[in-house]
Amino acid sequence: MIETLQSMEFTPFLLSFKLAAITTLILFVISLPLAWYLSQTRSKIKPFLEAITALPIVLPPSVLGFYILIALSQNSPLGAFFEEHFGVSLVFSFTGLVIASCFYSLPFMVQPLQSGFETINKNMLEASYIAGKSKFETLLKVALPNIKPALLSAIIITFAHTVGEFGVVLMVGGSIPGETKVASVAIYEMVEIMDYTMAHIYSAMMVAMSFVVLLSVYIFNHKQSHKLAGFYK
Amino acid sequence: MINIKVKKQLHGANGAMNLDVNLEIQEGEFIALSGQSGSGKTTLLRIIAGLEDAKGSLKIGDDVWMDATTNLSVQKRKIGFVFQDYALFANMSVIDNLLYVSKDKELAKHLLDITDLSALQNRLPDTLSGGQQQRVSLCRALMNRPKLLLMDEPLSALDPQMRTKLQDEILTLHREFGTTTIMVSHDPSEIYRLSQRVIVLEQGKVVNDGSPKDVLLKTKGSQKFSFNGELLEIIKIDVIFIAIIAIGQQLVEVVVTQEEARSLQVGDQVCVSTKAFNPTIVH
Repeated sequence: MIETLQSMEFTPFLLSFKLAAITTLILFVISLPLAWYLSQTRSKIKPFLEAITALPIVLPPSVLGFYILIALSQNSPLGAFFEEHFGVSLVFSFTGLVIASCFYSLPFMVQPLQSGFETINKNMLEASYIAGKSKFETLLKVALPNIKPALLSAIIITFAHTVGEFGVVLMVGGSIPGETKVASVAIYEMVEIMDYTMAHIYSAMMVAMSFVVLLSVYIFNHKQSHKLAGFYK
Repeated sequence: MINIKVKKQLHGANGAMNLDVNLEIQEGEFIALSGQSGSGKTTLLRIIAGLEDAKGSLKIGDDVWMDATTNLSVQKRKIGFVFQDYALFANMSVIDNLLYVSKDKELAKHLLDITDLSALQNRLPDTLSGGQQQRVSLCRALMNRPKLLLMDEPLSALDPQMRTKLQDEILTLHREFGTTTIMVSHDPSEIYRLSQRVIVLEQGKVVNDGSPKDVLLKTKGSQKFSFNGELLEIIKIDVIFIAIIAIGQQLVEVVVTQEEARSLQVGDQVCVSTKAFNPTIVH
């Protein structure tokens, strides 16, 4: 047992977490204005934007992965541009994984943020505009601090969801050790070669970590709502 | 001098309606805006504040906030606005709510002193009572030294005692700052105590504009005591009929004739009036 543990490779886990951390960071920056816009707008294009944002939830990862693969390949203008100017290949590389993950996890960042923003009292935001503050300043100083539970949910769920992705990663990244072979792909390969001991250890670790992460989110949110309820006693 | 000419088509609960208001307001005046719900009061305030678009013009002294070519954004109008639900920034302490509007620490301290809130300045809004929150909101609205203070039913969520206390504070603040004020209110005693002029809106149009005494005192001829109320019940006792009428929070009994009793129905809005020869006033 101890020998097995000693011989264990942790690189796939590290890769998974590195991918999830970078994806979450990028998605946070992208989703913040998008979710804010969706929560405030009365425009007719809102349903279209919402539907597009939600697509990754319902699409099979293979479909998403297929299109991303096509879009990023060296035969596409985007892929060719990156290859030519930066010398990076977007498919079967870590960069490609990050781009794919951003598409895959987008709804998990946008939706909690949007519903968080929608619960804010509109008058509170208007009071900020009346105080002479721009929409951007209102977003940073009034809106965001008042949706802390939603903010935390969005970040954690996006992170956890990216750690847990499999189909898209396999299609876009393949399984290059140390580059695109993340934990979920590693487990798949172990099962394939019937190394059930390692598959068990890896899977158990994934279950334990995911559970701890989700548990802490729910405990935090529980405490927050408790704290709010306490004010009215 | 403040000049308000506003036109806008509204789609309210009672169907389409044209808001069409033309007003001149003296600087420093305290105006009460009254009228049934759906008459366009809140919309008018929001248009003046710049929170909603409309056609027409707004001139505040020499400044033009809105006309055919310009439409100043809400951020640039420098108004004070008090919402019915306070709308304080829940993530900021009392003092930070004020300082968010302007960094003028002395003014903030002064306002909190006047309204007895100094001891609470580091508390979060959620930990305060409704009355305290509305006082904070009032102070916050004055932080940018507005040329115009707009209040949308500021006291209607509070109990009667708290209302009276806050009316006093609104008066104190109005005397001290002399801010031109427009307040939406339904409460006649509140309007009478605070305002110098009442404007009544109905279906988007001004239907009455005058001093609180002229607008609110609904007396006919020599009938000096006149109250509007709702008929609750008519009781027949032997040969007479007694009508129970709710006037505000108060129930009264009035003797009515048989003919009157027949013509009245429970739930009717009625006006009770009498001559006031020698009423007794007790404290």
